Amino acid sequence: MILGSINPAVLMAALMVAATPILLAAIGELVVEKAGVLNLGVEGMMIMGACIGFIVAVNTGSPLIGFAGAALGGMALALLFALLTQALMTNQVASGLALTLFGLGLTALLGQQYVGITPPRTPRLDLGPLAEIPFLGRAFFRHDIVVYLSIVLVAAVWWFLKYSRAGMILRAVGENHDAAHALGYNVKRVRVLAILFGGACAGLGGAYLSLIRVPQWTEGMTVGAGWIALALVVFASWRPWRALAGAYLFGGVVVLQLNLQAAGVRIPVEYLSMSPYLITILVLVIISSGKGRGSLNAPGSLNRPFHASS
Amino acid sequence: MKKLLTAAVLSAALATPALADTTKAGFIYIGPVGDFGWTAGHDRARQQMAEHFGDAVETSIVENVDYGADAERVMTQMAISGTDVIFAASFGYGPDVNSVAGRFPDVAFQHATGYIQDHPNISLYDARFYEGRAVLGHIAGKMTETDTVGYIASFPIPAVIAGINSAYLHAKAVNPDIQFRIIWTYSWFDPALEADAAETLIEQGADVIMQHTDSTAAIRVAEDAGVMAFGQASDMTQFGPNAHLTAIVDNWAPYYISRVQAVMDGTWEAQNSWLGFADGIIEMAPWNDRMPTELQEEADALVAAIAAGEYHPFTGPINRQDGTPWLAEGEVAPDGDLATMDFYVEGITAELPN
Repeated sequence: MILGSINPAVLMAALMVAATPILLAAIGELVVEKAGVLNLGVEGMMIMGACIGFIVAVNTGSPLIGFAGAALGGMALALLFALLTQALMTNQVASGLALTLFGLGLTALLGQQYVGITPPRTPRLDLGPLAEIPFLGRAFFRHDIVVYLSIVLVAAVWWFLKYSRAGMILRAVGENHDAAHALGYNVKRVRVLAILFGGACAGLGGAYLSLIRVPQWTEGMTVGAGWIALALVVFASWRPWRALAGAYLFGGVVVLQLNLQAAGVRIPVEYLSMSPYLITILVLVIISSGKGRGSLNAPGSLNRPFHASS
Repeated sequence: MKKLLTAAVLSAALATPALADTTKAGFIYIGPVGDFGWTAGHDRARQQMAEHFGDAVETSIVENVDYGADAERVMTQMAISGTDVIFAASFGYGPDVNSVAGRFPDVAFQHATGYIQDHPNISLYDARFYEGRAVLGHIAGKMTETDTVGYIASFPIPAVIAGINSAYLHAKAVNPDIQFRIIWTYSWFDPALEADAAETLIEQGADVIMQHTDSTAAIRVAEDAGVMAFGQASDMTQFGPNAHLTAIVDNWAPYYISRVQAVMDGTWEAQNSWLGFADGIIEMAPWNDRMPTELQEEADALVAAIAAGEYHPFTGPINRQDGTPWLAEGEVAPDGDLATMDFYVEGITAELPN
């Protein structure tokens, strides 16, 4: 046992970095689901963001423009999903799954010329004296801008859903689209906008992987991050701050198990890696029991198609 | 979709009437040929083989083929369309190869890293990666300044465990203070996780990173952190020109050429081959210039000694981790022990997961 070799401040810093991609994707998907749409294509939109973001960053030399491109890439795929599910009324689950497969295949093609290239560096945000604070500085104040952006985004989504008029309309659409429609709200428009927001966020999350965390482009590099983000939304019972806590917990589990292993501590990696999913399944079971649905805050019209005639 | 397209192109290619004396070789891969690792290594060999034979051989590939029904379908189609020899380049194709081979006794099947051989038309082939790991261990032991090597391992299977043991023994031989920190990722390919693992190992004092996973992420992280690393399966220098010391490069070409030649000559017979430096199946990528000349010469000598059969990386006395004797003084590990290895050798402090 050589636990002394683990530095808690570094652990905290690594945890925030590990959590950022799934947090970004999850906060986007949270808004989508709050509007009553279940988009299982998060993985596809993430890999799209990872690929497009990388390509744009390499060609422009600017990581920030790369991130903008990634958001657009994710949105492009989300638009396809919106077209299928909102205009053509296809099944959301099947369309979402197809979106993931499509995204993985398309990016394998698009990214072929970009394997083995180093993307431009994303600078760390200079927070001056804050970064010099013992422990806290190393843990919280030496990150790149996207880490802070993800937290700001959580706060913004929380405020938007809770206090803004548009946010309340979005929630109304998600809770009961017939009632929202009867009140004169354009259910489809709200949903399409929510889906696009979700795509942009997933794209940013993907680009965080390819531009900062790994940083390189490799085919299929998201390896399931999108599915974790989906689980996270349920885990957080559709509450933004809980999504943040959940993402840091998920990230924490990963980083902690790596650290414990490296320190030579024998831990059952399988069980530890499994735990977030187990909790998610538990939440799903409680939700599907009917009684718990309301208490767990699941949107009432989630995954129910809406047509103005019905 | 991509698979369907590839399969369509493939069947079109196979449908064209070939000259009677053309030998057809089909390849199925688990990953993309552009993975810069395992699959890239096999496809490199296929191209060299095709070049060697020129017009006498016609090759076809299908990439990203999943284990199970997909693999069976692709191989069946290859067999029906007159392919003479099929190379299935991944461990998990075992059951599929055996099921298809039973139905096409006239087609020669070559299965990489497998162990199931139910029919007389199946050959198995594998590489002695532990020989290369011995060289990596020697270099790591000499190059490390913190006496700590970080090892990113995939699954606790015999080939990976033998690799860790081989690397450790040879690092220890040149640096008695050496310590191995080992992280199991339980995946062959997860760039983000491998990058995190590399960062964790570096944070905990490792200045040489060794990996038995397929992505290039760890090299990248090592380059950024200013530490050293080794590539996997292919030369990964371009991902970290300073960090990349060398890599075990898979070179299946000589074997593929000999097997296709045997098919042409009508002398092909089922075999079970476990090949190493001696056969040219694995080789070391060019040494990084930051390695002292003396060390480069030592590494060259070690490769030569293993290739010549003068030295076996597992030569006793070697004890198991729990202190019980495994190999006596001068005893060489039998292949059977290596192919089923499920223990660490003495000195490794981590515990092996089940």
